[in-house]
Amino acid sequence: MSEAFLDNSLFRNIYCYVAGDSDGCVAHGYSSGFLPGGWEWVAFALTAFVITNLFIQGALGAVLGLIWGERRILARFQNRVGPNRWGPFGSLTSLADAIKTMFKEDIVPDQADRFLFNLAPVIMVVPVLMVFAVIPVGIGTVVADINIGLLFVIAITSASGLAIAMAAWASANRIAIFSGLRAVALLVSYEIPMALSLLGVLMITGTLSMTGTIEAQDVPFIIVQPLGFLVFFLASLAEMSRTPFDLTEAESELAAGHLNDYSSMKFGVLFLAEWAATIAGAAIITTVFLSGWRGWEPIPSHIWFAVKVVGVLFAIIWIRATWPRLRIDQVLTLAWKGLFELTMINLIVTAILTGAMADREADGSLFSTSELWIMAAVNWAVFFPSIYLIGKLLAAKPYDTDKGETLPAYPVATEEHALEGVAD
Amino acid sequence: MTLKTEPVSVNLGPQHPSTHGVFRFRVTFDGEEIKDVEPIFGYLHRGSEKLAEERTYAQVVTLTDRMDYVSSMLSNQAYMLAVEKLGGIEPAPRGVWLRMIAAELQRIASHMVAIGFLLQDLGAWGTPLTYAMREREAVLSMFEMLCGARITNSYLRPGGVFMDAPEEFWPTLDSFLDALPHRIDELESYLTGNEIIFARTKGVAVLHPQVAIDASITGPMLRASGVDWDLRHRDPYDYYDRVQFDRPLHNAGDNFARYWVRMQEMRECIKIIRQCVEQIEPGPVRPSHDDVPFLVRPPAGDAYAAIEGSKGELGFYLVSDGGISPYRCHVRAPSLINLTLLREMLIGTLMGDLFVSFGSIDLNMGEVDR
Repeated sequence: MSEAFLDNSLFRNIYCYVAGDSDGCVAHGYSSGFLPGGWEWVAFALTAFVITNLFIQGALGAVLGLIWGERRILARFQNRVGPNRWGPFGSLTSLADAIKTMFKEDIVPDQADRFLFNLAPVIMVVPVLMVFAVIPVGIGTVVADINIGLLFVIAITSASGLAIAMAAWASANRIAIFSGLRAVALLVSYEIPMALSLLGVLMITGTLSMTGTIEAQDVPFIIVQPLGFLVFFLASLAEMSRTPFDLTEAESELAAGHLNDYSSMKFGVLFLAEWAATIAGAAIITTVFLSGWRGWEPIPSHIWFAVKVVGVLFAIIWIRATWPRLRIDQVLTLAWKGLFELTMINLIVTAILTGAMADREADGSLFSTSELWIMAAVNWAVFFPSIYLIGKLLAAKPYDTDKGETLPAYPVATEEHALEGVAD
Repeated sequence: MTLKTEPVSVNLGPQHPSTHGVFRFRVTFDGEEIKDVEPIFGYLHRGSEKLAEERTYAQVVTLTDRMDYVSSMLSNQAYMLAVEKLGGIEPAPRGVWLRMIAAELQRIASHMVAIGFLLQDLGAWGTPLTYAMREREAVLSMFEMLCGARITNSYLRPGGVFMDAPEEFWPTLDSFLDALPHRIDELESYLTGNEIIFARTKGVAVLHPQVAIDASITGPMLRASGVDWDLRHRDPYDYYDRVQFDRPLHNAGDNFARYWVRMQEMRECIKIIRQCVEQIEPGPVRPSHDDVPFLVRPPAGDAYAAIEGSKGELGFYLVSDGGISPYRCHVRAPSLINLTLLREMLIGTLMGDLFVSFGSIDLNMGEVDR
């Protein structure tokens, strides 16, 4: 077993508590555990099991909380009360729903490709839960602090499109196939601005590590990289198929899209994965643009992280409560003609700025706080004109009479003529 | 290498979240583009016209409630006008004013439903719908005061209405009319200027006025194509010749125009109701039983009476053989006739527009199938 695992303080705290006397633990200042020597592998397995379960159960618990929270918040937006029967303020409603879902009959359509049909929920849920592995939810609290965290996130979240396409194809349902095709179109289009919008951040931090990204944020990157944040936020909405990009399960068009033929816990897992993806997206936005767990003492870092994630989730729910859905051509137009250009502007500006201030600081970081503020000022100066410009280019134009968009005034019959006609 | 593509035909409905009841499309798609649409309806057929032949003239009104169940007052009104025309019944003035107030309130409620569900089809999840439904609830509460029922009112009788409005109705109506313009402003500030709604609805499913007239489209749909045709103005029934109101027109003929016309018409409804309240005078709400007995026996003959319903020209054609029930009752249902251009409206648009265009017709399956 590699000693490198011991660099992870979350792992180390649990492992050394159990295993004790191993050299690595002693080097890190731990005195004794309760397992004898030679049993380190048990401690390792136990620790891995505990941490993985902690994060997965945490994510699933958060999903139940989010479903309840979204229903309550949406209800408030809509002059309703929302679920209020099970538990305080209806907080156990999601749990009741989950239990109900488990007891439903598991139906597989005759024409379905059984293998893919069963595989799709797995493909959907596993990558989403894997994302949580690289997200630092507090100081030192991260499952795997890998040095390519951002790349890992970008790569792994793409699997959701594959899973939706798989589920849609396997259910042999024509309405579902629309959903699958749309998911792939969205994936292909929005992956590019999503990845490119992170490049600006990458230039400033000089690292792909999530922890490194947070440590570089003396000024939150939402201030330093407004364009990057906007594009990443919108692309995330599209990736997790939330309003206004909820084309894959556009309820008023496709009923439930790829979920049409799923029932019981397969439906439950697919559904859960989507909501977990929303939380994962919010967590990534928090980490990359809202300075993650950073905040002011004495409030613990975990609370800061949770508060920021809830804030992002609230914004997402707010958008869902207010905006209608875009059409498929408009969604793709926005990606290729709007967001792509915005990321390019952002990249060029950030490249010039980082090039101009490329000297390494005394403390080893790439940019000092004052340099970050200068970047922020320039980026905001670029932000508004570019948004205005792209908005002008893409916005729906008012009716143009010359182009015949309004029909010519129709020659309406005179009063006498009209009355005469009715009298017949 | 060339990829082989072929159109795929998809069945949407009758069980589908946004078919406004039980309506079925058989749509041929090329990718997302609609190549052909075959509307299939009849799933809610209850034989109302045939049932009317076995009921007395006063009983048939309960069937009209259930035709267009989001604007039953207007169905009542159209039917009663036909009965009055057939039997030569002179209505009581207070009853006529009351049923005009009821009809205009119903028009507000119906347009609110149309706009709310149109936005639901556009994917605005619930919020505009609940805002619109709030106003409809207020209207339904007033109907409850008037006749004890909220949806299936059966409020009208030959020659007037079933009973006078209670005292508390008038202050409630007044406060509702005071509040409604602000509520409409609120809804409009949220919807009419919304970039996504405009982008989604502008230029989609355009109906040329000549095409619309040829298909005998009526109501807000026709006015959204720029044709100034409103039966309240062209062929005034009841006392519509004694009230002043504007007729909102839009020249675009697309989904946005249809939405916009409905939005503006609700403001005109407020004007009309205010004038009705000013002009109404005390008196009987229906002729005495000596003049109009319970069992109306119109002389043999036929009559057609039409009103400007919330969806278009709503007409009842009644044939009498001198008995206590109609020999034949036929309904000119605007929902059904406005549907006739559905195929032309949809072909060439995308799947996302399908239900939006369908919702912009504002049809009611209870009236389409009867």
